[in-house]
Amino acid sequence: MEILQHLADGFALSLLPLNLGVLLLGVTVGLFIGAMPGLGSVNGVAILLPITFLVPPASAIIFLAAIYYGAMYGGAISSILLGIPGASTAVATTFDGRPMAQKGQAGLALIAAAVGSFVGGTVSVVLFTLFAAPLADVALAFGPAEEFALVLLAFTTFLALGGDDVFKTVLMILLGLVLSTVGLDLISGQPRLIFGDLPGFYSGISFLVLAIGVYGIGEILWTIEQTQHKPQVMPARIRFSELLAGFRALGTSLKAMASGSLLGYFVGMLPAAGATPASLMAYGVAKSTSRKPEQFGKGAVEGVVAPETANNAASTGSLLPMLTLGIPGSPTTALLLGGMVMWGLMPGPMLFIEQPEFVWGLISSLYTANFFAVAINLALIPLFVWSLRIPLPVLSALVLVLCIVGGFTPNQKMHDVWLIAGFGIAGYLLRKLDYPLAPLVLALVLGPLMEKSLRQALIAAQGDVTTFVERPISATFIAIALLLFLLPLIRKLRRHLLPGRAAASSQSSA
Amino acid sequence: MRVAELLTAAFLMGLSVYFMIHATALPIGWQQGAGPGGGAFPFWLSVMMLVAAGGIFLRQVVGLLADRGSRRPFISRSALRQVLIVVGSLLTAIALIHLVGAYVAIPLFLVFYLRAMGPVGWRQTALLALVTPVIVFFFFEVTLKILLPKGITEPLFIPLYALFF
Repeated sequence: MEILQHLADGFALSLLPLNLGVLLLGVTVGLFIGAMPGLGSVNGVAILLPITFLVPPASAIIFLAAIYYGAMYGGAISSILLGIPGASTAVATTFDGRPMAQKGQAGLALIAAAVGSFVGGTVSVVLFTLFAAPLADVALAFGPAEEFALVLLAFTTFLALGGDDVFKTVLMILLGLVLSTVGLDLISGQPRLIFGDLPGFYSGISFLVLAIGVYGIGEILWTIEQTQHKPQVMPARIRFSELLAGFRALGTSLKAMASGSLLGYFVGMLPAAGATPASLMAYGVAKSTSRKPEQFGKGAVEGVVAPETANNAASTGSLLPMLTLGIPGSPTTALLLGGMVMWGLMPGPMLFIEQPEFVWGLISSLYTANFFAVAINLALIPLFVWSLRIPLPVLSALVLVLCIVGGFTPNQKMHDVWLIAGFGIAGYLLRKLDYPLAPLVLALVLGPLMEKSLRQALIAAQGDVTTFVERPISATFIAIALLLFLLPLIRKLRRHLLPGRAAASSQSSA
Repeated sequence: MRVAELLTAAFLMGLSVYFMIHATALPIGWQQGAGPGGGAFPFWLSVMMLVAAGGIFLRQVVGLLADRGSRRPFISRSALRQVLIVVGSLLTAIALIHLVGAYVAIPLFLVFYLRAMGPVGWRQTALLALVTPVIVFFFFEVTLKILLPKGITEPLFIPLYALFF
């Protein structure tokens, strides 16, 4: 009952005219960004974060969370109508969404995606509401040693679950951490790694600079290289009869929705996993538990519902560790975390005690955002169809201008703008060589916390390293982290020991 | 592709050595009773970075000797042209901001970019190049009170400042 009281207080904040206004705007903008091929929630949040200086911090976070939500809905639109995922999180939606559109059922597919997203979002927000406060209570007992162990654990999930090359993942995590140490040393206050005394580096490298570079400019370069030909837009009209038929057809996909919601929520909480793998997994589960698995890939409604449910559930799931522990569950939440730190709202268990109105305001805004996202999505489908026709040169030019101006805004230094361009180009090149970029961004955001907690823990223990294994919670985290770290190695060994499978690995010589 | 892999790994190795050298500006050792010094965190992370980048480099070399690995070109010719246009015009635009200010550089960038990148008509180009700076001005300067760099065009804006502030 206490939770309901908190939630009611939260609605009192999130339903204020200004907050409701930014929420509606955020959801709509998010839907557009999600619908644009190539741009997803992380790009939207990175590019638009600087313009949120216009409103107070709480409204800014509500706006960004609404973009996150809207983009998850919007991703389905171009997956279905163009056959190109609007964001990587909507890849699985193309498997059945495109065939449905080709059969003339684009309207039904869009409705199924919207309703699935709504169910996934709602189930996961309810779970979120139930878990948030207890988890924050547990986390209150965490000292620096536990914090350090937890950050370590977050990074090792990338090695075990990220699915990218282990060396390259490790390298990107380390690079992010080293870049986070640029600037003044937290404890002694002396400058370090300032690249030959460039004054611009004294204040460190802002997460925003890296994010705008990698997810703004880098993404545009990537999209331009990938789309060398013009895709064809499928026509979509939504008639009232289709709307009814859509809701009726959804009765058969209840199972897909249930598994998608739960899978999405729990997979979404892991830093390395998130919405993309969650939606692929949900698609697989829906296919294997369906009564008509042969329909999948040819335009099954369940094949659209399952991944869309999961990617929305995952976006809420990834907010849980960010808000309660201060460890983001996805690149987008890493940016939200960076933004909150910038505005002086330090995420973590203390936030629930110091700023309860803000926390519950944000949580309640997720309910509202979810409701409006489905309503706006269904109401404005013709507009989104039109937006898919905006030529890429125009879109990319405007994004680039926004990157330049937006990058200048937070610190008002041209130094940052140059750095953004540099990170953008470097990020594009690294991405081409399959270096994962999410760990880099996450490491830059978490780096200061990791170093601070390591050194605080050691100072508190008078330089005794065993403090990390003597404290039970910290020891547990480190043990799991170690296990995850060794997992790729164990997998490789198993491949070597099982003859016949060894040939499948072409990179085992290193 | 292989050459690009080797170059990138080598560059990252160089970067980690550079970081290591600069991290030594602060104590990197263990300070009795207080744990690692200010330079330790970046220094030892850079060491690990060097090892990881070295691993990637060696793996590529081994692959090269065994003649495995991808012969795929790093980027196709037509894509390279477009990517270079984007990078070139972007960097030029940023450099121009220093010189002639954002409100000259951004329209120039838009006109060049839209004409070079795709079939965008003159009328649409002109519209975007004129409307974008106006929106930027009202949003960032008037509403957010953030002054964008104007270079030598600064005097032209003084009447506007007088009007809006």
